[in-house]
Amino acid sequence: MIGIRTKWLGILAAVGVFFPAAAMAAAGPAAPLVIVADTRKLSGIMAWWANLYNESHLYFTLLTVVLIPIIGVVFGVVADIVMTHIGIDLKSRDLAEH
Amino acid sequence: MDWLYILMPIAGVKIFWPGLIILGIGVGIIGGFFGMGGAWMVTPGLNILGFPMAFAIGTDIAHMAGKSLISTMRHGKFGNVDYRLGLIMLVGTVIGFEVGAQMVMWLERIGSVEITVRYLYLALLALITWMVFSDVAKRRKKEREARAAGIELEKTATGLEWHKTFHKIKIPPMVHLKAAGIYCSAWLPIGVSFLTGWLAGILGIGGGLIRMPALIYIIGCPTHVAVGTDLFEVMISGLYGAATYTYKGRTELVAAIIMLIGASIGAQIGTVATKYIKGSGIRIAFGLAVVGCAISIVLKLLAMYFPAQKPFYDAAATFFVLGVVAALSIYIAVRMFQGASAEVAARKAAMKKADQG
Repeated sequence: MIGIRTKWLGILAAVGVFFPAAAMAAAGPAAPLVIVADTRKLSGIMAWWANLYNESHLYFTLLTVVLIPIIGVVFGVVADIVMTHIGIDLKSRDLAEH
Repeated sequence: MDWLYILMPIAGVKIFWPGLIILGIGVGIIGGFFGMGGAWMVTPGLNILGFPMAFAIGTDIAHMAGKSLISTMRHGKFGNVDYRLGLIMLVGTVIGFEVGAQMVMWLERIGSVEITVRYLYLALLALITWMVFSDVAKRRKKEREARAAGIELEKTATGLEWHKTFHKIKIPPMVHLKAAGIYCSAWLPIGVSFLTGWLAGILGIGGGLIRMPALIYIIGCPTHVAVGTDLFEVMISGLYGAATYTYKGRTELVAAIIMLIGASIGAQIGTVATKYIKGSGIRIAFGLAVVGCAISIVLKLLAMYFPAQKPFYDAAATFFVLGVVAALSIYIAVRMFQGASAEVAARKAAMKKADQG
């Protein structure tokens, strides 16, 4: 079995070399628009988020890419806890069929 | 009822947030169960909720990365992810996708790229549907023959056995893929991933819809491992996709997070459902999803041929896709809850018996 460290190194390497076209995933190219977030109706964290977007797309992107996996893991773990509490075995699968 | 709407900070549109959670649950279930990103389902859904198309695609990819991560974690614990196979296939997918994308540009120079791509997509979906249902029919025939002969068919027996022929290729280096239980030439997964990546590049899709059947019928992965390994690839491409779309300013993270709340529940339901449904059952449901996707493309083609009725056909395609998502996710959720309640009841009965003993 490949170690966890190797798995994550592999993922990081793959992300590093992955090409932009593959990222289109499911649809055509985005329209060439320049979008500026309107912060006038926003307050608190939403205003901060929109300001970050307007000020630096790079920081905004970095934060998004870091937040998505973290949020995914947090939600996944919470759902795990709930399901384990219900009594579902989440560690093994008996069916061994092709 | 203003509290049911949330103002998206970047897109600047007000969105009905419970709709995002429901959409997240639906595509989470289907993604976790079939091992695909499911952008063909999410993008029309987001569009109907009021997202401009450019934001719909970026937001979909961002949520897809998080959702696939959740599903991959769960499938990994079930032993359904072959990380080595996933990493090997990544090489072929990357190169194949780029070649496919270049071919699209070449087709664009010739003209009529959209119709060519849609027909190619349709032909491919027809091929996948034929593969899935002919595999099911052949396996059932084998079962009947085995029953008539008074023997029990092997649990791992399949209808289509193309992978056995491909496994005879012994070009070094040979690789042992433990989770998939396969010993084959490394060139087989590289070649298959190149082909699926090339097709995905031409069609402008993520590729899960093509990769899943290719993993089963050509590489010979057990269905559950094909689902888990495919999700591992979707997770990586989704993360990169989220980065590029966000950098272009086309991702609404707030919407992606709201969708992830639903998707985290849905992905667990879809993934856990694979515990209770046989591989053949997953393949049949997958075949039905492919048929649904094909019908939506036919409707879009009709919209191109009959421009006067375009709004009708476009709306019909969107509602049809959402109907397929609803029907499949309800079916999977019901099967999951049935299986889980039977498991919980069996465990309680066993504990009671042990207490009495």
